[in-house]
Amino acid sequence: MFKDSKGFLEFVYEFYKTMKAHEISLVYEGEITHQITKAFTSLAESNMAKEEESGSVQRKVFHVMVECLQNISKHADEATDNDFLYSGRGIFMVSKNQSEYTVTTGNAIDNSKIPEMREMLERINAMSKEELNELYKKQIKEGRLSEKGGAGLGFIDIKRKTGRPLEYHFLPINDNISFFLLTSSIPRE
Amino acid sequence: MEAIKIKGTEDTPTVIFDAAENYFEISGRSLPEDVTSFYGPLLSWLSEYAKQPNPKTVFNFKLEYFNTASSKLILDVLMKLEEISRAGHEVLVKWHYPEDDEDMQEAGNEYADIVEVPFELVAYS
Repeated sequence: MFKDSKGFLEFVYEFYKTMKAHEISLVYEGEITHQITKAFTSLAESNMAKEEESGSVQRKVFHVMVECLQNISKHADEATDNDFLYSGRGIFMVSKNQSEYTVTTGNAIDNSKIPEMREMLERINAMSKEELNELYKKQIKEGRLSEKGGAGLGFIDIKRKTGRPLEYHFLPINDNISFFLLTSSIPRE
Repeated sequence: MEAIKIKGTEDTPTVIFDAAENYFEISGRSLPEDVTSFYGPLLSWLSEYAKQPNPKTVFNFKLEYFNTASSKLILDVLMKLEEISRAGHEVLVKWHYPEDDEDMQEAGNEYADIVEVPFELVAYS
């Protein structure tokens, strides 16, 4: 028993060192609810205010965090064959170094949705700022809110706010589901 | 018409729709858990108001932040105002933005492009 708990505590220390090495300031695994979204964004806000981050950087980080968290709470798929991967669950991580903030999310999605998502992400990545603005306008005019209240605008907005391509990856979990990772960085001025 | 007065929270905006006082405002932050249930009653109120609006309606937006789901509903509010304006009543939208917030200024410009209603962008410090 003692040996086990020592092993566990050593793991915690290793984990802490890994977080420090990767400059991770927040990591969360679990259900992403509206309460969690509010808690994390207000935590990030007070940290950034303490660091005297510029208003523009603070606003951009806030935007990206909200859209990423709401992507998971509204879109993460139910995966019945694996109990730790269910609807609205995922990993959420914020890291920071001297030049940028990075917001990373991961959640399970149905393989059937991958081609459509990949196409949308690639399309957004290939667009200039002006094209994105046009697409955004078109989407709010013509797009409909999904059942869960998504407007299909999150990815467009993240790219507009950060001015950087959306980096993403799909890791196969099994024949039916994959783990979708998305990372966005916000330059510190 | 009975006025709508909602005090803002960390995720929902302050809303004042007061026909008798002729004052209209949406301000603060908008990232409600359920955008449709928050904005639904506001849109219904505006539909009622559109039947017999004041001779001049000045509508103030003074948002600090809104998420993408809210952006769609904000457009729906603006489209109600467009309806009132099209019916021949005077409408002016005042979009207030912090002078150092280019994104909020840009958002105002985009809405002004989309809806056909007199639109004024007002910077504040």
